[in-house]
Amino acid sequence: MAEFTLPKNSKVKAGKTWAAKPGAKQPRRFHIYRWNPDDGQNPQVDIYEVDMAECAPMVLDALIKIKNEIDPTLTFRRSCREGVCGSCAMNIDGTNTLACTMAVEDCAKGGDVKIYPLPHMPVVKDLVPDLTQFYAQYASIQPWMQTQSATPSRERLQSKEDRQKLDGYYECILCACCSTSCPSYWWNGDRYLGPAVLLQAWRWIADSRDEMTGERLDNLEDPFRLYRCHTIMNCAKTCPKGLNPARAIAEIKKLMVERRL
Amino acid sequence: MASAERPLSPHLQIYKPQISSVLSILHRITGAALGIGLLLLAWWLIAAAAGPDAFATVQGFIGSWLGRLILLGFTWALFYHLLNGIRHLGWDLLWGLDLPTMTKTGWAVVIGSGVLTILAWIVAYAMKG
Repeated sequence: MAEFTLPKNSKVKAGKTWAAKPGAKQPRRFHIYRWNPDDGQNPQVDIYEVDMAECAPMVLDALIKIKNEIDPTLTFRRSCREGVCGSCAMNIDGTNTLACTMAVEDCAKGGDVKIYPLPHMPVVKDLVPDLTQFYAQYASIQPWMQTQSATPSRERLQSKEDRQKLDGYYECILCACCSTSCPSYWWNGDRYLGPAVLLQAWRWIADSRDEMTGERLDNLEDPFRLYRCHTIMNCAKTCPKGLNPARAIAEIKKLMVERRL
Repeated sequence: MASAERPLSPHLQIYKPQISSVLSILHRITGAALGIGLLLLAWWLIAAAAGPDAFATVQGFIGSWLGRLILLGFTWALFYHLLNGIRHLGWDLLWGLDLPTMTKTGWAVVIGSGVLTILAWIVAYAMKG
């Protein structure tokens, strides 16, 4: 049964405010979710004032500036800073995206920027969610090419058209923005695979070189693993790479029907 | 060091409502409402079979301002669920899943369900004379 409210230990309290240095030219307020595993307190939202006149443009730049210059305890994941690694996925301004490709200027119509970890996930610290379950679900769809035919003496070739069938799917960086935007995944994430993992499942089903399509579909033929998708479409709306997991899931559902005909 | 049990990050509390999620939950709410509305229809039919007195009671309730308000809600729920259901059929056929089309058909369902509700009531009152 879905729980619409937060458990007692997860209720968010007001935190402290870190005012900008006097003389800041373009102060901008960032409300950031904080939780420290070591102090036994509930999560809180701290407010940091950052002088954007001295800060690079992206939300990730602001986070790094806060960590470097204001509060070194602020914790978040980041790596490539160009939308390729997916590490800095978080909830910014009410929707999930990558901090490194989101410009502060485009946030909250110039108002305060609100930053939370990816929604409905166990929090390790501050903006760092525990993705163990997400990765285990990814492993469950066996995301590698599987064949039964004899190994050829050269590469398994693919026509241009077959290769194009993977466009819009192979680009997924597994940042988990889509899965954690999905209400169905919030309520049934223990059994529903979620948009990101299902998009990946489709990426292997759609691959002309893979020979385990039947087994892959068998694995997904389940009221929860696949069919908790109700085409809410939050996934496609939030994908920072502009992909459409809802379409991938619809493709799988269609193939499920077609193989019974 | 032993650390406290991990909190759950906020979800409904902070996620921005948008055309995708709002219309989806409305689809479910109208579906449930239609189910309850059917009980009203059953009540009306049973009363009609039970005799003129019982039927008059039910007619009286349905004709009251509260009854009419419920009927108005039922009419809108019916048209919304019908139109959004067609949208879902399109998606199942892989039509209209791209974001611009999804947004357009979403607004079409919102506006269309309102227009059809008003039309239905105009026709109903016209037939009543």
